[in-house]
Amino acid sequence: MILPLNLWLIPLLPFAGFLINGILGRRLPKWLVTTVALVAPLAAFAVVLYAAAGVYLFTHIQCVPSVPLPCSIFKPYVEAFGQWLNIDMLHIDFSFVLDELSLVMLLVVTGVGFLIHVYSVGYMSHEEGYARYFSYLNLFLFFMTVLVLAGNALVMFVGWEGVGLASYLLIGFWFQKTSAADAGKKAFIVNRIGDFGFLIGMFLLLANFGTLTFTEIATKLGQDPGWNGGVVTVIALCLLLGAAGKSAQLPLYVWLPDAMEGPTPVSALIHAATMVTAGVYMIARTHVLFDHSPFALSVVAIVGAATAIFAATIGLVQNDIKRVLAYSTISQLGYMFLGCGVAAYSAAIFHLVTHAFFKALLFLAAGSVIHAIGGEQDLRKMGGLWKKMPVTFAVTTVGVLAIAGFPPFAGFFSKDAILYAAYLQGAQGKALWFVGVVTALLTSFYMFRLWYLAFLGKPRGETAPHHSTPWSMLAPLVILALLSICGGWIGIERTAGSTGLSRLSSLVNWISMERFGGFLAPAVGAGAAEGGSAQLELILSAAAVGIALVGWLLAHLFYRQKSTLPARTAAALPGGYKLLANKYYVDEFYGAAVVKPLLAISTYLLGWVVDKALLGGAAWLLGGIAKFAGALLQRWQSGNIRSYAAWLAAGAAAVLLFVVVPWPAVLASLEAIHFGVAGH
Amino acid sequence: MSSLLTQEVPISWYLLLSAVLFSLGVAGFLIKRNLITVFMSIELMLNAVNLSFVTFAHQWHAVKGQIFVFFVMVVAAAEAAVGLAIIIAVFRARATLAVDRIDLMKL
Repeated sequence: MILPLNLWLIPLLPFAGFLINGILGRRLPKWLVTTVALVAPLAAFAVVLYAAAGVYLFTHIQCVPSVPLPCSIFKPYVEAFGQWLNIDMLHIDFSFVLDELSLVMLLVVTGVGFLIHVYSVGYMSHEEGYARYFSYLNLFLFFMTVLVLAGNALVMFVGWEGVGLASYLLIGFWFQKTSAADAGKKAFIVNRIGDFGFLIGMFLLLANFGTLTFTEIATKLGQDPGWNGGVVTVIALCLLLGAAGKSAQLPLYVWLPDAMEGPTPVSALIHAATMVTAGVYMIARTHVLFDHSPFALSVVAIVGAATAIFAATIGLVQNDIKRVLAYSTISQLGYMFLGCGVAAYSAAIFHLVTHAFFKALLFLAAGSVIHAIGGEQDLRKMGGLWKKMPVTFAVTTVGVLAIAGFPPFAGFFSKDAILYAAYLQGAQGKALWFVGVVTALLTSFYMFRLWYLAFLGKPRGETAPHHSTPWSMLAPLVILALLSICGGWIGIERTAGSTGLSRLSSLVNWISMERFGGFLAPAVGAGAAEGGSAQLELILSAAAVGIALVGWLLAHLFYRQKSTLPARTAAALPGGYKLLANKYYVDEFYGAAVVKPLLAISTYLLGWVVDKALLGGAAWLLGGIAKFAGALLQRWQSGNIRSYAAWLAAGAAAVLLFVVVPWPAVLASLEAIHFGVAGH
Repeated sequence: MSSLLTQEVPISWYLLLSAVLFSLGVAGFLIKRNLITVFMSIELMLNAVNLSFVTFAHQWHAVKGQIFVFFVMVVAAAEAAVGLAIIIAVFRARATLAVDRIDLMKL
């Protein structure tokens, strides 16, 4: 590509915003803080759009009309800023890469990111740490764009760690609250486990491929057909551990529900739309490794499916509106992993995009509700809000329909793309598909439960809206609602000129995502879907919609018609309800199995034995020796000047004696006397 | 005829005198308790050394030794100024000049 895209501007603009607001924010007037905070992501978004336009134009120049999709930029656009590390065999550039995958991700990150910045202006307007909040948010965008643009695993790791830092800072934004500070620590520490996997994966990549650059790894894997299983599986599983930590998958999901202690826009941006999808992005980015290891791939799929249904069941009984959404996020991330696991990377990325739209929308709408009724998050104390907050009600409805998977909303297209891809993967794929469909039922149920409890029915408790929602919060909601409706349409194939049955089949064909999948194909591969047909897709998507409808009707029955039913069901299944309400006791289990033993080891073995006994003893011993020697030597330093002088004089006399007396002669004469005596 | 008046004083006498003066200085320094006497003993030692300097300068017909004497005198003068100031300060603070009683730095 000839025209320079200036990719370096994309992360640097939010970083400038972070520096300005982070250093000067306290002294700047509020309107200036707001301006800086909003201009930085907006300008980054503009640069991304410019790059997108460049890619789009270039695509059309390169495309030969007779060649069908996929056709795109032949080579990813690389921007290298010189060597970073150059040690012996290790050569790592600091490079950014723009290809279809990173472009889609960038559009989501900066676009949704900007909207959430705008929303935050209204949401955080009464906060004391206003400038601090926005500097953190800009810092997050900086690291996230670095992560997305990274041309090799190490640069990605920089962004990966950086978003973890930003997440930690923002979860603990209200650090005066112990629970918020603890949640931040929990997120950071759990992510360390995943990062450990990522690091080991990188070391193995270096040891086996000698490079961390994604394209070079792909080339080397492609050259030698011998790369199958074995070490590739180990690398892929290590990377999966990293992805599971960041994307809150089993067994490392525990930090995400607690992360809801942060401000709601943060939950929307970091813990729903962008950062938690970094794991999915990383798998898609390193998909060649997973493609060469069927075992690792099926592990990804199983982890994803298990997480999806596991989190969905917990979501059924949560009463905190943000926690319901948090478990729903974990569940949807499970869908994305499921998509990756059946090698339908473009479907996973598609779901990532639509999920970013509707989940950000749902979180922001929830934030709008929480903001309006004065910080209450308990669903049981809401109700009947639709009259008082019509806009929020409308956009939440859109979000709920989108996540439940009703056409023509965005979630329908992407979710069915994943389920369809899973269905085509043999017997295991059918099982995964079944799990996915059950999850869809649960998803529909708990989302409509939230909808009914929060907005319909009669108001319960003191939940009259305190103040109206400002425009800065409503505008992002409306835009995200539009995206949640239309966002899925990018998957629909363009079939101009076809008629009749072929038009119907192409309408059905939307799910196979010819357009979106074709666009992403150069970056993530086309995905091997065999045995699919338009009829099958139609049947499967109809089944999925039917299932979602069942979920809605059940929720209607439970929470609209017979409001005693939930309590009765809970009473009928006390064990199951208790298990779900306590989130399968996973936190308790980790507490007993990991945290307590670690604490015990730290306190007793490391604290008492190593620190107090060994290190403390060594220090005490050294100090004692010094003290004892000092006590001995201080006798020398009597402080009596005359004794010093006497010593000095005696010393001088001794030296004089040594120099002046002719010792050899004296000794010789002494010997002569001796021998003379002996001789007689 | 030779008499004591016409004869030159032998070098060794000067050196002997210098040694005696120096030893007196050392002895005074070691024995005396009064700070000023100690100080004067130090001056005595310096001047004993000066005497041997000029003696050798005369013997070797070298001017270096005499120059050295001036250096020593200058340093001694400076030392006297500082030393006497310190002694006065010590006396004002502690009302004594006995070296054994000036032992604040002692453990």
